[in-house]
Amino acid sequence: MRKDYRLEKRKYVIASFLVLVALIYLGRLFDLQIHDSKYKAYADNNAFLNKTIYPSRGLIYDRNGELIVFNQPAYDVMMIPRDVQQFDTVDFCNTLNLTREQFDSRLQDMKRSPGYSTYTPQVLITHLSAQDYGRLQEKLYRYPGFFIQKRILRQYNHKTAANVLGNIREVSQNDIDKDPYYQRGDYCGDLGIEKSYDEYLRGQKGVEVLIRDAHGRIQGRYLDGALDVAPVSGRNLKLSIDLGLQQYAESLMVNKIGAVVAIQPQTGEILAMVSSPTYDPTLLVGRQRGRQYRALVNNPYKPLFDRSIMAAYPPGSTFKPGQGLILLQEGIITTGTSYPCSHGFISGGLRVGCHGHGSPLPLKPALQTSCNAFFCWGFKAMVDKRSKYGNPADAFEVWKHHLVSMGYGYRLGIDMPSEGRGFIPNAPFYNKVYGEGRWSANTIISVSIGQGEICATPMQIANVCATIANRGWFITPHVVKEIQDTVISTVYTERHYPTIEERWYREVAEGMRMAVTGGTCRLTNLPDIAVAGKTGTAQNPHGRDHSAFMGFAPYEDPEIAVCVYVENAGFGATYGVPIGSLVIERYLKGSIAPERKYLEQRMLESNTIIYSGVKKH
Amino acid sequence: MESRSTKVQDSPLRGIDWFTVIIYVMLVTAGAVSIYAASYDFDNASIFDFNEFSGKQLRWIGLSFVLGLALLLVDARMYETYAYPIYTGVMLLLLLTIFIAPDIKGSHSWIVLGPVSIQPAEFAKFATALGLAKLFSGYNFNLNARASNYVKALSIIFLPVILILAQNETGSALVYLGLFFVLYREGMSGLVLLSAILAVAIFVISVKFTETTVMGMPAGQFTVYVLVMVTMVAMLALYSKTSITARNTALGFAGSGLAVWISELFGIEIPGNYYFMCIIGAACVYCMVEALRYRTPRILAAVAAAIIAIGFMFSVSYVFTSVLKPHQQMRIKVALGIEDDILKAGYNVNQSKIAIGSGGFSGKGFLKGTQTKLKYVPEQHTDFIFCTIGEEQGFIGTTLTMMLFVILILRVIVIAERQPTTFGRVFAYCAASYFIVHFCINIGMVIGLCPVIGIPLPFFSYGGSSLWGFTLLLFIMLRIDASRRHHH
Repeated sequence: MRKDYRLEKRKYVIASFLVLVALIYLGRLFDLQIHDSKYKAYADNNAFLNKTIYPSRGLIYDRNGELIVFNQPAYDVMMIPRDVQQFDTVDFCNTLNLTREQFDSRLQDMKRSPGYSTYTPQVLITHLSAQDYGRLQEKLYRYPGFFIQKRILRQYNHKTAANVLGNIREVSQNDIDKDPYYQRGDYCGDLGIEKSYDEYLRGQKGVEVLIRDAHGRIQGRYLDGALDVAPVSGRNLKLSIDLGLQQYAESLMVNKIGAVVAIQPQTGEILAMVSSPTYDPTLLVGRQRGRQYRALVNNPYKPLFDRSIMAAYPPGSTFKPGQGLILLQEGIITTGTSYPCSHGFISGGLRVGCHGHGSPLPLKPALQTSCNAFFCWGFKAMVDKRSKYGNPADAFEVWKHHLVSMGYGYRLGIDMPSEGRGFIPNAPFYNKVYGEGRWSANTIISVSIGQGEICATPMQIANVCATIANRGWFITPHVVKEIQDTVISTVYTERHYPTIEERWYREVAEGMRMAVTGGTCRLTNLPDIAVAGKTGTAQNPHGRDHSAFMGFAPYEDPEIAVCVYVENAGFGATYGVPIGSLVIERYLKGSIAPERKYLEQRMLESNTIIYSGVKKH
Repeated sequence: MESRSTKVQDSPLRGIDWFTVIIYVMLVTAGAVSIYAASYDFDNASIFDFNEFSGKQLRWIGLSFVLGLALLLVDARMYETYAYPIYTGVMLLLLLTIFIAPDIKGSHSWIVLGPVSIQPAEFAKFATALGLAKLFSGYNFNLNARASNYVKALSIIFLPVILILAQNETGSALVYLGLFFVLYREGMSGLVLLSAILAVAIFVISVKFTETTVMGMPAGQFTVYVLVMVTMVAMLALYSKTSITARNTALGFAGSGLAVWISELFGIEIPGNYYFMCIIGAACVYCMVEALRYRTPRILAAVAAAIIAIGFMFSVSYVFTSVLKPHQQMRIKVALGIEDDILKAGYNVNQSKIAIGSGGFSGKGFLKGTQTKLKYVPEQHTDFIFCTIGEEQGFIGTTLTMMLFVILILRVIVIAERQPTTFGRVFAYCAASYFIVHFCINIGMVIGLCPVIGIPLPFFSYGGSSLWGFTLLLFIMLRIDASRRHHH
């Protein structure tokens, strides 16, 4: 057969064409499969749906094991916009009891929210009721792209201790930026221990890796759940709060502005912590939270302001035991040193008034009668003692350091958010106000009786009282007694010793005992419990004097130390002492003796809020 | 001659090119495995499960082995003798199909016979190859001898094309254009083939790749320039008596390109259009000088090709952007798989790129591909089967698969060239041409380099008709090849 060898060469052209194309394809495959790694992520995005499984939040019990806060399921309607297909909007709205307008506005809100993406689950409607959930669940197959996410809401057995418990809210962008644990739509603690113990309470989110086909249908769990992470439930908390005592103290404080703090001196555990007016914690649950929260913020009595740890009150005469301690420690006075009181402290044209009692008198009777003059003289003797301190500023600094060691002037470090620090001025502060070397004890004499610039939180006052009850040491007050499966921080178990010797505490405690047996606190002289206490009547620029009381009992082996502070209620003896004594009696005896019921009745029914000057409307 | 003695001692399997058979078996096996992987469901509960697709395909594969063996038993001369009757019969079947085939997604190409459906267009491939081979094997047939020979050849090629277009199977019809490789091998001017390939390539490239920018111009335009340079060098190498002209031109292109690349690295931007215009212009002037000096006007064809190609490119982009209305542009873009559309052509290509790209170097592992298992790639067991390989077997798998195809096709070309008869050679070249077209278009489409034209990947894509069609081509060729020594 004839063969054309010239044409035979053309096989090379055809073969080269093939090889050239194959090489181009090889280059392309190299680019797709090896060079460019984005396709792997695309494929995973396509195929895997990481469904978060929310752990149940830790439960909260009181010190006696009474359940206070628990969980209840709620249901959020989620949608993945990309997967949503045409659906019957009218039927959808009817199922959920929504109007078309509500639905549209909700959809608009969702699209405007910062984390909006058509590829990831978005929250359409939060906190569905169980009935709505049931109805929707049945019809859900008709709405591709929608699913229901089970969430946890808080529920409360008692409408009490809202300031201690706090509540939970949806995380803000700020929270997400600060803590990578959070994702949009998560809940975090807000206020109270829900906030400060959030890391314990929230547990650990789990994840379920689901596989999803091209139509968005879930095809099951990836690798039979090998990559799933089970959620870890939050830890339960046992509070040091005594629920009964807390409720009782709250009831005594109804229609009053102020705070009650009760501490167990040996442990620093807070037994009750009342801020009044308070609010119902169940208000801040669920869909109505935003509205209710706004209402609380706008409430002129500021119920969200936890007065027990945030308010800075002038301590008034409750400051005097601390004064006595410093004077004794510094050797300015002895237990026998007496100062005169001629219905007040009169020095250099200055007069601080006092009331009728014997004169001159030493420390313990001065505490008993709450003599202003004694502490003014003592303070003057210390600050102006140039022989020992050189100048008033240095003496004042020594005075201040003693107070700080007792817990005044700085945050105690209790396990709650937003603790206030009160205020104890230092020498530079007065140097700035009056000029260096241009002030002395007389210039600032009111600080010696807990007035003037001095401010303290009720918690600080209660802590000083607990320190006196312990005769010289305290444990940082705290509200959480136990955390499930772990121990509380050593911060709340170690003793702090102020810079005052124990023997001086014994003297001051005796003075406070005398105030109860025969002084300003006679109302709290219970027949079978030895109470020690100190009243306080604090002048303030807002109106009537604040009524204050601090006390502990039993005298020999104290089990409770209390601080009561009632704004604009007058003398310490009229509100502070009765409420304090009722709290002590209730805690130690479990009930109020019949002959003291009248006192309880008076406290329950009285109203001092009218003197606060706050106009509600 | 000595036919009597050979007939007696000739076993049907003697002289079979076992190399080709082994590659065939490897491809078919890999295909079966891929179909199993592509139709496997994670929870195996879907109605499209193992038994449906790969089970059926296994039956088809078994039958195709029987078919292959049967074909080897037929006397080679039977094919030559009955070439025209077979061609005519199959063409009639194609014609019949238009009328009796039910409407399946707009196409009328399937004849349903009870539980099985067959696609006559797949069988028309070997019939057309037989017809074309028979035509060329006529006594003293020379394609270039007279124009009527072209008419005859083109008639044989375009009859099935028209019939298949009438069935609304554009993809299958386009495959027959691959037979121009055969015409080229049998004497058609290379310029025809070259200009056809260049025209299609330039059109597709300059329209399709407009998004990324290289050297201040669309990537498509850049690619066309490079293509023109390569073509010029190739033509010079073929047409000039010495290789010096081609070598010098190649060196000039490479050197200037390197210089431009280096200056880019140092931050000196050179406008791409100016560079290419200047350097290709310079090459043209050089070629003209050489043509005069060595008196080889043939190399002027290279100059003409370059000028026409660049002119064509500019007119394509001008017509496309300035003359065509946006909706017309869109229609072309959709056909090329650039834009998403309701038919989801763009979606397919995107998902198939994701599937292949996510495979990485060594793949996700057999049956572990999420893209294909979760049905993100439509037609994954038919036209987009290459995705499954890419996703589960990675770059290794895709490279090996491509190598198998290239080796098979090169082997077919080798077999074609060793045929003593024109009939055998043309038939084998027909087979090679079909494989080349299917290989280039199918894989090119799956990796997003070609327009989406729905044609199967031989031996891999699900479907009995396609498998049988290619088996027929390959085993008839092997039978003819096995008997080639009778002619000595």
